[in-house]
Amino acid sequence: MDFFHVLVVLLESTIRVSVPLVFAALAGLFTERAGVFDIGLEGKMLGAAFAAGAVAAVTQSVWMGLLAAILISILLSLVHGYASITQRGNQIVSGVAINFIVAGSTVILGEAWFRQGGRTPALAEGARFQTINLPGADAVREVPVLGPIYADLLSGHFLLTYLAFAMVPASWWILYRTRFGLRLRAVGENPGAVDTAGISVIWLRYRAVICCGILCGFAGAYLSLAMTAGFVKGMTAGKGYIALAALIFAKWRPKNVMFACLLFGFLDALAIRLQGTPLPLVGQVPVQLMQALPYILTVILLAGFIGKAIPPKAGGVPYVKER
Amino acid sequence: MDNIAIELRGIDKSFGPVHANKDINLKVRKGTIHGIIGENGAGKSTLMSILYGFYQADSGEIFVDGKPASIRDPNTAISVGIGMVHQHFMLVENFTVLENVMLGAEDSQILNKGIAKARQELKRLEKEYALEVNPDALIEELPVGLQQRVEILKALYRRADILILDEPTGVLTPAEADHLFRILGQLKAQGKTIILITHKLREIMAITDEVSVMRRGEMVATRTTRETSVEELAELMVGRRVLLRVEKGEASPGDVKLAVEGLTVKDSRGVTMVDDVSFEVRAGEIVGIAGVAGNGQSELLEAIAGIRRATSGTVLLNGRSVDVTGHRDPAELRARGLAHVPEDRHHVGLVLKFEESENAILGYHNDPRYLKGAFLDIDAIRKDAEEKIAKYDIRPPNARLKTANFSGGNQQKIVLAREMERGPDVLIIGQPTRGVDVGAIEFIHKRIIEMRDQGKAVLLVSVELDEIRSLSDRILVMFAGRVVGERSPEATEGELGLLMAGVEGRKEAAE
Repeated sequence: MDFFHVLVVLLESTIRVSVPLVFAALAGLFTERAGVFDIGLEGKMLGAAFAAGAVAAVTQSVWMGLLAAILISILLSLVHGYASITQRGNQIVSGVAINFIVAGSTVILGEAWFRQGGRTPALAEGARFQTINLPGADAVREVPVLGPIYADLLSGHFLLTYLAFAMVPASWWILYRTRFGLRLRAVGENPGAVDTAGISVIWLRYRAVICCGILCGFAGAYLSLAMTAGFVKGMTAGKGYIALAALIFAKWRPKNVMFACLLFGFLDALAIRLQGTPLPLVGQVPVQLMQALPYILTVILLAGFIGKAIPPKAGGVPYVKER
Repeated sequence: MDNIAIELRGIDKSFGPVHANKDINLKVRKGTIHGIIGENGAGKSTLMSILYGFYQADSGEIFVDGKPASIRDPNTAISVGIGMVHQHFMLVENFTVLENVMLGAEDSQILNKGIAKARQELKRLEKEYALEVNPDALIEELPVGLQQRVEILKALYRRADILILDEPTGVLTPAEADHLFRILGQLKAQGKTIILITHKLREIMAITDEVSVMRRGEMVATRTTRETSVEELAELMVGRRVLLRVEKGEASPGDVKLAVEGLTVKDSRGVTMVDDVSFEVRAGEIVGIAGVAGNGQSELLEAIAGIRRATSGTVLLNGRSVDVTGHRDPAELRARGLAHVPEDRHHVGLVLKFEESENAILGYHNDPRYLKGAFLDIDAIRKDAEEKIAKYDIRPPNARLKTANFSGGNQQKIVLAREMERGPDVLIIGQPTRGVDVGAIEFIHKRIIEMRDQGKAVLLVSVELDEIRSLSDRILVMFAGRVVGERSPEATEGELGLLMAGVEGRKEAAE
């Protein structure tokens, strides 16, 4: 059962690394379905991770950290919203600007406040998330096959992990079963239809952007309060872009988003797992190549396997009344 | 029935330097169909957008059912019972009919409850007004006629008593337009008030009770339709007498200049757009291609002009074959005597950011007349442009003005001057008067006839059936990529309409 054990470990770490991707890709789903492209997921996540790490370190409260992450992320979203919705600026430029500002300012502020080279202090137990053991996990561990799946794969994750995967059906329900969702999808396709139906395009898009901020806040908090114990500079390491890729790969649909994120997460987990392991035929592979593997595969998948991904029709276009 | 449904008093609106509506007064009686007619840019759409709350008037008052109404946005317009069917449909294409009808009037936060109610209400409206449409069909899969019906249902669902339709027949076949008019008649019989905006005089005469004419932002007259005539309305629209039908003599066709044989064009998805089309155009005749937009006329024109690759078939220009399936070279075709006035002047015919003189030589910039060594001879280009401006009465007469600042009609004249003044043997023209005002239409039509009388072979594609009928010496009708029939210009509109709808053609092909 050695192979089975390896598989469980691999899938367990797949789930672990997928969580920020799921949050961020769902965040992107909300704004992009509303017609606001957001390349700033990376920056929002990083800003949220920093806010979470810093506030949790100072207050010694994980909840204050989470709250700070969400607030900062919403704030950054509103900046993006103001630039691209109200001022009708270029959405890509605005998103890139946010990424740069956050990448720089988190290091500067971190160094100024904590003097640890841009890190935040390592968090004590009460100031970070703890894993949750599902009821009966220890009791069933010895049951063959199902035991390890329950005890090791499904149990023992953070609260935010369960929340992330719960957000997938929740997002679907919001987008496809509520009035807000109907309008949000409509505004991403034809804002004129929304406007002439007597609904404010601006306010609707702002609400979508705020949803994005909340979810990116969770993503960032997960990085610095759950996955690790504190903020490290540049700790998002391109996850925002991978989430964006997953979103396109998933053709802007909630269920597909989850599977796309799990796939990218799996590639990541696999790369970690295979580091230093000699592969059949090729032998020892440099660590750097293994680390690059998920990104290379991302490019290949996006280029070759997704078929035609049709983005929301009004995506990237600021709404201007005719004339 | 002297009740007034809508009254506008002193409506005034400017967009920057453009004074779109000047002190407009209008009364629309309840339970009537009221036409508003005027040229493009006369301010009709702006006025109706103000009534629907899409724009705010700078000054003026609106009364609905005799009560002052402050219409700040579409929401307030809807709440006083005004509904609008826009020229460009305001529909979400990947939503179902039901979702589009509900949007903005969903009743509750959770959709499920609303959906059941909307379905029921839709069924009732369908029955009451004979507006059948499958509520679960996706908009993008519906023909335009049905999409328009969804727009009307949207307004009725919101309990509109006053319905504004902005150029509703632009995208319809004659048969669909007739159907729409029957629907409007029925809505009127049920007591609804309808405002119909159009630039087509025939429609006004056919179904309105009263008509108001707008010209350059002003409301110049209101008439009872029964007591006016097409000629009077045209004169009111343009501000001078216009010839509605161009006068032309008999054609005297000469040699075959353009021969198309078995031409087939597929688009990038492999869908056949032009299906085995054959015809010829002789010197000194105008061959018109009629058809509802999207039946392959555009692709046919592009394949002949060398812009689009044909899948199979041959084209002979001046008796010599053109490589339509292989290497495409529009410049070579031009050199061989083919001139092309493209359908879409904004994207294909002109570079709107260039000045007029630059557009006047677009595609001919390698002509030695415009060159001084390796450089453009700017003085020669401007002089050439000024001559064309004078000859084609392009306004304002300024060769250095950015092309985007000319009106639609004058932009079209820039393209026509460029292509016609080369003295081509074959002239192919797509939609010569789309978005062009009545005054300029007359000028353009005269020019096209002149070209014919000079012995040029002219191939004309237009979705305006009236235009095809008044200019052409022979009419080919296209439907679903095929030429389904040839008629003389004396053929009745009904006969051509049936061909355009693919009804007659199928029978003919079967025989």
